[in-house]
Amino acid sequence: MSLADVGLPEVVAAIMVLALNAYALTGGADFGGGVWDLLARGPGREAQRALIAEQIAPIWEANHVWLILVVVMLFTAFPAAFAALGIVLHIPLTLMLLGIVARGSSFVFRSYGARDDASQRRWGRVFAVASVVTPLLLGMIVGAIVSGEAGAAAARLPTSTGAAAPSYASVYVAPWLAPFPFALGVLSLAMFAFLAAVYLGVREPALRDAFRRRALWSSGAMFVAAFGALGVAGMTTPHVMGGLTRGAALVLQMAIAVAALTAIWALYERHWRFARIAAAAQVSLILWGWVLVQAPFVLPPTLTIRDAAAPRITLELLVGALAAGALILLPALAYMFRTFAAERRVR
Amino acid sequence: MTDLLAARTQMAISLGFHIVFAEIGIAMPLMMVLAEWRWRRTGERAYLDLARRWSKGTAVLFAVGAVSGTVLSFELGLLWPGFMRYAGAIIGMPFSLEGFAFFLEAIFLGIYLYGWERVGARAHLAAGVVVAVSGAASAVFVVMVNAWMNTPTGFTLDASGGFATIDPVTAMRSPAAFQQALHMLLAAYAATGMAVAGVHAFMLLRGAARDFHRRALTIALLVGAPAAVLQPLSGDVSARVVATTQPVKLAALEGQWATERGAPLRIGGWPDAAREETRWALEIPYGLSLLAFHDPSAEVKGLRTVVPADRPPVAVVHLAFQTMVGLGSTMALVALWAAWCAWRRRDLAEHHALLRALVIVAPFGFLATEAGWIVTEVGRQPWVVQGLMRTSAAVTPMPGLIAPMALFTLLYLGLGAIVATLIASLVRESSRTVA
Repeated sequence: MSLADVGLPEVVAAIMVLALNAYALTGGADFGGGVWDLLARGPGREAQRALIAEQIAPIWEANHVWLILVVVMLFTAFPAAFAALGIVLHIPLTLMLLGIVARGSSFVFRSYGARDDASQRRWGRVFAVASVVTPLLLGMIVGAIVSGEAGAAAARLPTSTGAAAPSYASVYVAPWLAPFPFALGVLSLAMFAFLAAVYLGVREPALRDAFRRRALWSSGAMFVAAFGALGVAGMTTPHVMGGLTRGAALVLQMAIAVAALTAIWALYERHWRFARIAAAAQVSLILWGWVLVQAPFVLPPTLTIRDAAAPRITLELLVGALAAGALILLPALAYMFRTFAAERRVR
Repeated sequence: MTDLLAARTQMAISLGFHIVFAEIGIAMPLMMVLAEWRWRRTGERAYLDLARRWSKGTAVLFAVGAVSGTVLSFELGLLWPGFMRYAGAIIGMPFSLEGFAFFLEAIFLGIYLYGWERVGARAHLAAGVVVAVSGAASAVFVVMVNAWMNTPTGFTLDASGGFATIDPVTAMRSPAAFQQALHMLLAAYAATGMAVAGVHAFMLLRGAARDFHRRALTIALLVGAPAAVLQPLSGDVSARVVATTQPVKLAALEGQWATERGAPLRIGGWPDAAREETRWALEIPYGLSLLAFHDPSAEVKGLRTVVPADRPPVAVVHLAFQTMVGLGSTMALVALWAAWCAWRRRDLAEHHALLRALVIVAPFGFLATEAGWIVTEVGRQPWVVQGLMRTSAAVTPMPGLIAPMALFTLLYLGLGAIVATLIASLVRESSRTVA
């Protein structure tokens, strides 16, 4: 795909990826916070958990809306893709929704419910486990899409009665319950945990050592998961591997490596604000790497952005609404982050 | 249970669960803002306590509403991919606008709940106002989609029945849009306001923290009572639009089988689909023609104008409609009574008979809302888009839908019980800790 092919559907798709990017950097990190709640260890355990809760309480619902916006844009602009995904990825999407419901509800139940230790521990455990399971499933869903298996399964669905029905497992289970999607699930989990560790370290000087260690460990986990995913892709989905080693993708991979090394260096040298920028850049570039591999398909191997696109009038109105909405939304978001993201003073 | 019925049940349970939290999310911010505003004006500490207590409960209820709303947005594709493939491009517009409204709601609710010490006094109150306004806007946008399903407009059809051209802006302004949005907003204020009034009436009857609960009762009634009184009028507007745009739905909700002039209004009764008649109803002559068309001799189309396969389950729709009207009318009467007492300058907090009535009608608004959604959704069956697409054509081909249906039913039953316990403990706590 060259730049000359970029039309309105591609613009809408790019805005959708931007929204997903925002979700990964904000909502994703909120899930990552839950991961560190689960893994809280040592004498500072309760202080870590309190910091995580304080960090995400005022903003997680707003951060979560990015995901809803992505879904709405998908079904408005690419209804055919949304319908196909809803059918073949019904099971992982449902499981992910259970995770979203469990994470959000248990978080408020812990914050506002009974203060006794048993209730606090119970809701804290649900919150933490759901925070691990949900990103894993989100990554698996992305893996099923990018590998082309979800699209292939959708194409196998009988369109008229009388056609031989493919087996249940081949349509509804095999596309996502496979090594490559699982590797991407682990990668998502590591990315979100990495972001959370860096954000939490920026926020609370007293706990920086703990979160610096966690950030470095999760950066290592990202490397392992990314190379694991590449290895699995090499064996099971050669076209993904091919896409990753094309020209533009290679440049992007180098940029990812630079961002990753910068983040590690900044963490090592305790340049926290710099580390936050590098970490966000690294995660965003990985996301755009996925996009580059998958373009021009919204649902590979056959459904292109253009084929799935809604009529032009819908896309025009949607872009108009998004532009107008952004004028209100972005200042509001900036105000929210300025209100709550202030660095805690050393006590 | 067929897959179609399982999918419909799951959607009904998901929506029925979410709608309660959505209504609370629309009306509670308004009440919180009123309490905070009174505090700023009068300096009375009880109003500040009230705003902060209410915001604790709202935080819990809003979170559950947000996640259950997320479930719904995905379920459109998980359960009804045929509908979304067909109509996504034409109804996506209001959903996108709703996305932005919900974004603002979530951002400023966070600032409202956690920003008491972080933003200035005016900014805090303004944040509450943004939450209240964007919550109402969200509801209007979502209801526009449902209105389009009832009275689809803004397209031309090609020979195969698909959309040849679409006009999403016209689709947003479908004939049912205005009255459905009005009915939904009034329902949210009436149900939440009267429910909160009932809770505080209960605490007043138990003699707890009088100053606190008296102020709470007043604000809750200010929001709930006018809406409860106006709702029957809005219902009349709704019924007249249904009469002209969805005659079969009107016939189902009234149990009207034959087409007749001067049709009676039926109160109660059991529509018998096999005999095609509604038995044991109290009939008020010319009532239906008068209500639906404001003309006693107007012709009302009966269910027999369409073949049985195109009729909704009449008994369910009729029963739900009667339930909604009965509950709503009772609420309106209690609201009028409260207004009368307030006008006569009686202290509502000492009026035990009124307080008891408020306790009794406390759940009526939410029950009426559920009944109302059954009326509008079941009453449209077998269509998902009136006259254009059947629900059976919209459902996912995935087999075994009873499993996710059972899963979400159990999840929401459990969540509902936990939330109810938690809110009850917050209410008890408020009486122990405020003066």
